[in-house]
Amino acid sequence: MKYHATFLAPTSATCSPVRLILTLFLCGLGLAKLSAQDDTISISRTANFLGQTKPIPICISGFSGEVASVLKFDLAVMGFIDVPLDAAQYILSGSNNGNVQGQLSLGRTVSKSNAGGTITGEVSPKSVLFSKSYSGASIRAQAHRLADDIVLKITGVNGIAETRIAFKVDTGPTSEIYIADFDGHNPQAVTHDHTIVAAPCWVPGHFALYYTSYKSGTPNIFFQNLSSGERNNFAHYGGMNSSAAVSPDGRKVAMILSKTGSPDVYVCDADGGNLKQLTKTREDESSPCWSPDGRWICFASKINERRALYKVSVDGGEPIRIPTSGVASPSEPDWSPDGKWIAFTAQMGGFEICVVPAQGGTATPLVSGEDPSWAPNSRTLVYARRNGGNRVLSLLDVPTKQYKDASRVSGSAASNSQPSWAR
Amino acid sequence: MKLTKLSNLIMLGLALTFVSAGCKKRPTGVTNLPGQGRTRPGDTAGMNGLDQGNGIKPFDPSMVKDGGLAPNAAGSHDGWKNDPDALKAQTVYFDFDKSAVKSSEQPKLDEVANYLRSNPNAAVRVEGNCDERGTEEYNRSLGERRALAAREVLVRLGVDPSRVDTVTYGEDKPAVPGHDESAWSKNRRDDFIVLTPP
Repeated sequence: MKYHATFLAPTSATCSPVRLILTLFLCGLGLAKLSAQDDTISISRTANFLGQTKPIPICISGFSGEVASVLKFDLAVMGFIDVPLDAAQYILSGSNNGNVQGQLSLGRTVSKSNAGGTITGEVSPKSVLFSKSYSGASIRAQAHRLADDIVLKITGVNGIAETRIAFKVDTGPTSEIYIADFDGHNPQAVTHDHTIVAAPCWVPGHFALYYTSYKSGTPNIFFQNLSSGERNNFAHYGGMNSSAAVSPDGRKVAMILSKTGSPDVYVCDADGGNLKQLTKTREDESSPCWSPDGRWICFASKINERRALYKVSVDGGEPIRIPTSGVASPSEPDWSPDGKWIAFTAQMGGFEICVVPAQGGTATPLVSGEDPSWAPNSRTLVYARRNGGNRVLSLLDVPTKQYKDASRVSGSAASNSQPSWAR
Repeated sequence: MKLTKLSNLIMLGLALTFVSAGCKKRPTGVTNLPGQGRTRPGDTAGMNGLDQGNGIKPFDPSMVKDGGLAPNAAGSHDGWKNDPDALKAQTVYFDFDKSAVKSSEQPKLDEVANYLRSNPNAAVRVEGNCDERGTEEYNRSLGERRALAAREVLVRLGVDPSRVDTVTYGEDKPAVPGHDESAWSKNRRDDFIVLTPP
């Protein structure tokens, strides 16, 4: 029962095509345990992580209506697939007469690895991994908790079914910020500014947001405590104030200001003090994000007429380019909480959600969409997908490339975009 | 070096500092940077490139090469009346993903400058916009560059920078709906809104 764990441990090993092919060949011959085994294994894991991992087959039975759909949705965007009993590696049975009850058991499994070789499946005796019942809150909340319990039990990693997102809801002339469950349900309007409001960003670990509002005519950054509703105008320098991004420890805020004549990356303390200009280009920078260790700020720029991702030390210094080989015009980077990946939007005709190792390298396009934001599990992304003239939010499980649209807020004429995952 | 121009600039600087000191609220919690001078929004009325210390220099186009020309403080013309029609014909259009004013669009900025010369009490707000073929915050930055680029041209034409406000709407305010080049080319633009005192 080990093989499903490999995609949970992506590594940052460089991945040259020749070595990858060699690795796959060696794996296929069952010769992976050579002297360079650490390196080769990590290479195959890297390849597996990005859209090539097979989902974990689970048979879901006994649930109905909303609970059944919540379980299938949640498990799909965390790397599972609902299959018939005879194909199931795990079996989830239960009921939702009144409250949700669920029992997770081992199923039988025969599966192949992605690395070219065949791992013989074992027929496991049916054994119960857990049996739980839930009460309180809503039936949806109970189903989300069950999904998270399943994911934690099987993968050892916390699920994301009880997390929240913030995003922009655009109804034409104006837009507002909303928060909702990660699947778009239970939306609540945060702003009622009746103007353009955009670029929400959660404060890590807190029920609070930064966002950009044009309430006073120009784009200013506001901070809002979502518990008290209290907000303040955090940054209203001359020109543009937008794209706030809070450091992982919550002590600093990166943002884009144009106060000296062109959009540049700035950083300041959470109280607005100690402002520091980190880039001084004539071109436009956009969309800063933080490395999880809080040392780097990654952003998009067009330094030397070439659109690329860069990172700059929070203490200042020269920006360092982050190569994204194979794709064009990257923007909107988001660094995974585990530090290993940067998700971003590439623009090649349409928009593509891509992932690249955090130090740069070959980028992997995954699905059409833009503005990705990592979930706390460092494997699921929320992003905006164009649907006709509008945008819907969608959730992508990066290893399996399974995606599902979130529930849309404000009807089919509205665009939902710029998601930020609370983490 | 003309002494009158120099003293005008000093007066302008003093006037703007006074106005901004009188009207601008400080952003909540923002503290002054020790040793790095001015960081409050009101202080951005001083142009980038102008020596704000001992000697104030007249505007020189070469000053805007690196950092650009600092935008006006937020709310510089709060309460002024908006006229979106007077300069409607002068909307400046841009190439895809570019913020440089094309030479073919230059005559429109000459017209805007002439209008401001003929209407000495008026100001203008340059609104930078983008088509939808860029990501949202990328476009917000690009629209800002487009607005600031036109402002720099106007200042080079002799317009007092304090009379030219800027704002970016990114892709949030398309002029025309539609998802093809005929719509996109009309959405990559700077609109000029005439502002008149209340």
